Amino acid sequence: MRDVVTGAPGILDVSGLSIARNGKALLDVPHLCLDGPGPTLILGPNGAGKSLLLRCLHGLIQPDRGRVCQNGAVLNARHKARQAMVFQSPVLLRRSVAANLDFVLKRRSMPRAERKHRIESLLDEGGLGGKARQPARSLSGGEAQRLAILRALALDPETLFLDEPTSALDPSATQMIERMILRASERGVRIVMVTHDIGQARRLASDIVMMQAGRVVEHGKAMQVLEAPESDESRRYLAGGLVT
Amino acid sequence: MQSFASEFNQAISLILNGDAELWAIVLLSLRVSVFAVLISAVIGMPVGAALAVARFPGRRALIILMNALMGLPPVVVGLLVYLMLSRSGPLGVLELLYTPTAMIIAQVVLVTPIMAALTRQVVEMLAEEYSEQLRSLGVSRLASVPVLLWDARLALVTALLAGFGRAIAEVGAVIIVGGNINHVTRVMTTTIALETSKGNLAMALALGVILIGLAVAVNAMVSALTLRAEREGLRHA
Repeated sequence: MRDVVTGAPGILDVSGLSIARNGKALLDVPHLCLDGPGPTLILGPNGAGKSLLLRCLHGLIQPDRGRVCQNGAVLNARHKARQAMVFQSPVLLRRSVAANLDFVLKRRSMPRAERKHRIESLLDEGGLGGKARQPARSLSGGEAQRLAILRALALDPETLFLDEPTSALDPSATQMIERMILRASERGVRIVMVTHDIGQARRLASDIVMMQAGRVVEHGKAMQVLEAPESDESRRYLAGGLVT
Repeated sequence: MQSFASEFNQAISLILNGDAELWAIVLLSLRVSVFAVLISAVIGMPVGAALAVARFPGRRALIILMNALMGLPPVVVGLLVYLMLSRSGPLGVLELLYTPTAMIIAQVVLVTPIMAALTRQVVEMLAEEYSEQLRSLGVSRLASVPVLLWDARLALVTALLAGFGRAIAEVGAVIIVGGNINHVTRVMTTTIALETSKGNLAMALALGVILIGLAVAVNAMVSALTLRAEREGLRHA
């Protein structure tokens, strides 16, 4: 279990959030406050609404009802500019590794010399130092996901959302990515991450949101949720039982 | 058969000896078609990309219309451009009829829908893949157009080459608006038609060989680009 880390960046507060399609509730979260000091991991079976919640928090999907607030104010463009998201399958621009990072740094209006320096330090951080000129689409799965995380971090985000970033990776690639996530968290970036991997939650989470059928069935300190879950759904999921 | 062989030999010697008239026709053809394709790209590519990312009422109808325009009959285009440029037409004052510019205009009308439709197709596929990521990075729909055009560059070069293939092989429209005037508006295709009717098969064959050579070269370039795209992971999924 991971110790509590330093830093308490932008608090995310959800109230009355709901999304329904064809009469079926896909997401129904009356209240959720993500104010823990370290990474928040969202756990739950397929179709639990984890990715949907993540997209609502990042403003990629507008809920039918309810709102998302950051630091007490309704999520706005200024907040979104300080958020970044990494997807399950990394979406890399059809450019070189360095150009993928340069793209976001340019958007931040960073001067050319500073961009060059920042790209070098980011690539070193992600272990991609020798691959700056390589086409990004020719990277391996692990390298591609590391580049996607570096690109997100290049935005200097207050909050970083990750949607199952290691689901298709081997243990070694997963470990490298987990280290990057922890380093970002230690620097004060709020991490909100979706995973299926209970081991990963054990390694990374400061607090855990357990979801099922579009609802939050439990939210609490990682130790508490993992060792003494309060809800039946959490207990079944953590025991590896079938949760429907 | 012997006559064909002899005409063919003459055609090859016209090419190899650098016959001035023949190469002047080839150069004029290239000049007209390259200009036409570049202008079509400047108009068609942003229009295609905008149609791929924008959402507005009537978009679907516009796409259907654009796709239909890809199959415009060249003689009809030639006729319409002729009417526009003729002395009594709305653009008659420009006195462009029977000039290479008129031929460029006709080819632009023919090639622009091809360029726009192919661009729309390529960019729409890419936009689908990039959509969430670009929104997450704060890139608006409008601002995503240059990003998508740049990232689809290899596929767009293929579209450019396809447009060039259509333009260089075109005869119906350019003969109407160009008039096939010797040393002024005579291009490869119109010369082939004229020289064949005159029985000068050597010149027609020589131009035919060059035209086929160009088609092969264009296809080889498309193939090389596709290969490169696959190697560098630049091809669309």
